[in-house]
Amino acid sequence: MMYRLPAVAGEWIDRSRPLAFEFEGRAFQGFAGDTISSALAAAGEMTLGRSFKYHRPRGIFSFANHDANNLFQVANVSSGPVPNVRGDVTALAAGMRVNAVNTIGGLARDRARFIEWLAPFLPVGFYYKAFHGRNFPRWERRIRAISGLGRIAADAARERTPKRYGFCDVLVIGAGSSGLAAALSAADAGARVLLVDENARAGGCASWTGAASGEVDALVSRVAGNPNIELLSGTCAAGVYADRWVALVEPTRMTKVRAGAVVFATGAIEQPAVFRNNDLPGVLLGSAAQRLLRRHAIAPGKRVAILTANREGYELARDLRAHAIDVAAVLDLRAGSGGEHQGPGDLHCMTDVVPEAAIAGSNGAVRALRLRGAETIACDAVLMSVGFAPASGLLSQAGAVMQYDMALQQHVPGKLPAGYFAAGRVNGIYDAAARRQDGRDMGAEAAAFARGGHVASRVARSQGTRQVSHPYPVFPHASARDFVDLDEDIQVKDLLASAQEGFDSTELMKRFSTLGMGPSQGKHSNLHGARILMRSRDATLADTALTTQRPFYHPVPLKHLAGMGFHPHRHGAVHDRHLALDANFMTVGGWQRPEYYRVAGKSRTDCINAEVSAVREGAGLIDVSTLGKIEIFGRDAGAFLDRIYTGSFSDLRVGMTRYGLLLDEGGIVRDDGVIARLADERYYFTTTTSGAANVYRELLLWNARWRMDCTFVNTTGHRAAFNLAGPGTRTLLQAFTDIDLSEAAFPFLGVREGRVAGVEARVLRAGFVSSLGFEIHVPYKSAPVLWDALMSASGVRAFGVEAQRVLRLEKGHAIVAQDTDNLTNPFEAGMGWAVRMQKPFFVGQRSLRIHMRRGARQKLVGFELAPEQVASGAAIRESNLLIHQGGIAGRVTSVAQSPTLGRTIGLAMAAPHLAAPGTPIVIRASDGCLVSARVVRTPFLEAG
Amino acid sequence: MKIILCPLNGPRPLLEFVNAGEVRNAPDPDTCSDAEWTAYLFNRGSVPGVKREWWCHTPSGYWFIVERDTARDEILATYDAAELAARAGA
Repeated sequence: MMYRLPAVAGEWIDRSRPLAFEFEGRAFQGFAGDTISSALAAAGEMTLGRSFKYHRPRGIFSFANHDANNLFQVANVSSGPVPNVRGDVTALAAGMRVNAVNTIGGLARDRARFIEWLAPFLPVGFYYKAFHGRNFPRWERRIRAISGLGRIAADAARERTPKRYGFCDVLVIGAGSSGLAAALSAADAGARVLLVDENARAGGCASWTGAASGEVDALVSRVAGNPNIELLSGTCAAGVYADRWVALVEPTRMTKVRAGAVVFATGAIEQPAVFRNNDLPGVLLGSAAQRLLRRHAIAPGKRVAILTANREGYELARDLRAHAIDVAAVLDLRAGSGGEHQGPGDLHCMTDVVPEAAIAGSNGAVRALRLRGAETIACDAVLMSVGFAPASGLLSQAGAVMQYDMALQQHVPGKLPAGYFAAGRVNGIYDAAARRQDGRDMGAEAAAFARGGHVASRVARSQGTRQVSHPYPVFPHASARDFVDLDEDIQVKDLLASAQEGFDSTELMKRFSTLGMGPSQGKHSNLHGARILMRSRDATLADTALTTQRPFYHPVPLKHLAGMGFHPHRHGAVHDRHLALDANFMTVGGWQRPEYYRVAGKSRTDCINAEVSAVREGAGLIDVSTLGKIEIFGRDAGAFLDRIYTGSFSDLRVGMTRYGLLLDEGGIVRDDGVIARLADERYYFTTTTSGAANVYRELLLWNARWRMDCTFVNTTGHRAAFNLAGPGTRTLLQAFTDIDLSEAAFPFLGVREGRVAGVEARVLRAGFVSSLGFEIHVPYKSAPVLWDALMSASGVRAFGVEAQRVLRLEKGHAIVAQDTDNLTNPFEAGMGWAVRMQKPFFVGQRSLRIHMRRGARQKLVGFELAPEQVASGAAIRESNLLIHQGGIAGRVTSVAQSPTLGRTIGLAMAAPHLAAPGTPIVIRASDGCLVSARVVRTPFLEAG
Repeated sequence: MKIILCPLNGPRPLLEFVNAGEVRNAPDPDTCSDAEWTAYLFNRGSVPGVKREWWCHTPSGYWFIVERDTARDEILATYDAAELAARAGA
């Protein structure tokens, strides 16, 4: 049984600050500096959780952030319960209420224990084979009811987790001997260094093994005093992304760091031995025991057996005895101890040991270790010190290939991508002085890379020489319960069965058996799993790669990934005027545009109809600032537009505009607008609201290819634009400008520059929504002046996007991307009049030749509903289908109830044989009713 | 996130760029067959390897050439489109 020792030198706990907390409803006390697990261990609690599948009692195992069986549901004084809190690393706080996850009826009496009795009937892959087909939903509900870990509390307090960006020359991950040395040598070379470590304090393994701790303490204080080094402890480097972009996760913050170079001094993860009942509480890693001892002054037991295969095991024995803990035996798996037994002569040592099984006592924890062909060792703790695996997850993410070194029986990094460096135990180097030297070398290399980007390595990479890892510490038992993966309760036989079923590569075995798919992501199981697999195939680890370890290195709470909502939208120059007029806004291409203006006591439809009528009868004003607005200058400006648009623009007279239709190379309609010639070598043109950015970029690309003598300015945000439309607008506008607006002086499709309401303006005669209309383009800042002036004129009414849609429909104008789609060519959209096929070249021309030969497959037509259909309440919507002889013959692209005409009118893409005016068509309404309509000529409204 | 060395703006994050695919020469529209034209329109080489592509730094609207190895996700060179003819011939 574990217990708290008298003060241990350098312990992290503060005995003057006791913290009371609750575990499974019982009162406990720990100290400040304890983790949840250590506080429970100090009180002699051996069972801290139940295993995932069989609900076996589990205790502390690694005490290094991958104790997947020590997950807790934790409620703090100030917040609701948080699920799946890792007890081995989460600091204890006063008043915590802690419960084990994955139990039914509590940890001690977990009613799901029965599942272990069923284990013989639950072989690996059982779920895949048994639960599928028609009955799956029923099984799914059953399984979900008893599986899963913590429970999400919907009422848990919301925690803000901000993101920030960080930059450094050299990022060092891991603040152990080699990481500290690397940080110092990089800083000495002038680099700005960020040093991160997931542990609460720097020092790495020296802080728990006690080896060379004096030297490491000196490094820690030098780092603290170095102004070029920022040390972030309690910070997990969770993911490495392209070009040295690293996610650093702290409890309440994520930092995305861009590093000039990265040094991985991530150390090594101790690996267990595999034997029967190696999962009992009290069976733990040697390094876990040392962490408990040095950080939290906790003894692993009163009488300890050490299973070892390296020098570290003997050092562990000496360490325990130095703290007055009884070591029952040091049990070496190797045939000889390799001369590493340098301990006191009275230490009971055995070699060539084969562990057969750990034996559980009445409290569920270990009480003895049975050896094959030898005595049974009575003990209340079994510590395993049989080897390590490099903590290479982040290295793999950086693109390093790990290679198995047969001399070390460990993976070491092969060639590293540029800018990435590895130092220390991850390289297979275990001796303290050598690790510091490796760190110094790699820190200097990293600094040189970050500052100069040099590639050639100046020093040969250090290599470890001492083997600390047993090549195969796996001792299967006929009765199983020899656990390879404690997260998922995977036993040796499960892996052998996977291989037999044909899942005999590391990646396939992982997925079939779920090896390494638990919360610890295989940190203590992937290596042994691969060893077992390769031995079953009479091969070695050198013949395979381990499974790829992807982000995140440790589990990261979702709160760090879900950011605050950030959906910017754009406001036009007169947004406050729209607000003052009680506009109902809609989002168009990222802009907030008035859909219509609300009038007290009137319905939406009435408001829109009133806006339409205002334009038809007098004058309306709409904010069209969201249109793309581009200027093109240069000798080749006209020739360029000729090549881009379907029409001809080099022959456009100065002072006139022409409709421009833009196709892609496949002859598909992409965008349209009005192109005005302001001077010989200067054009100004509009694009659709949603196409503005793309069209501009597209034009730049074409000219990057063609390299014509012209240049572009995107003035979309620089200028506001308003369309003053309606029969009364000429007289009305003339009062504000000295531009002659008479028909003779300013014909349809003309463009003039001058002043309107005192504001410098470009005025285009437009006919999109009404026969008479003026589109007035002014500098952004002058827009409110113009708006206020025009709105002050009597009879002017503001109208919104919805009224504009009705108005342009009455005029029979199609809207690109509403009435056309990604398969529509201009001939099908009724825009053939805008295409000059006889030009030498324009984008899409070659494809149009093919389209013309093949003939139209659809036609955009106008239609109207018979008045009696409207009276009967038939409602046609956009995308309703045209039905002909039981089949689909097209679809409605626009439809509106025209207040001017008193009819329902619309546009539809129809099969060519239905396109002739007068053809009766049938539309299937959203409710399934068939509604009859008639193809009519457009525009629906000639005048107005 | 990758960093791309824009010839105009220096090293910038991938977020600021868009890609318009490989640099390809269109067949002569006046002499090519329909089959050649449709092959140009709709077929792309998807074999991983070294590609010469159009990229745009969107905040500045600058199109340039990126040569990258799509098999190794590595950028080999970036340069102004004016150099394209000289480099393509090389």
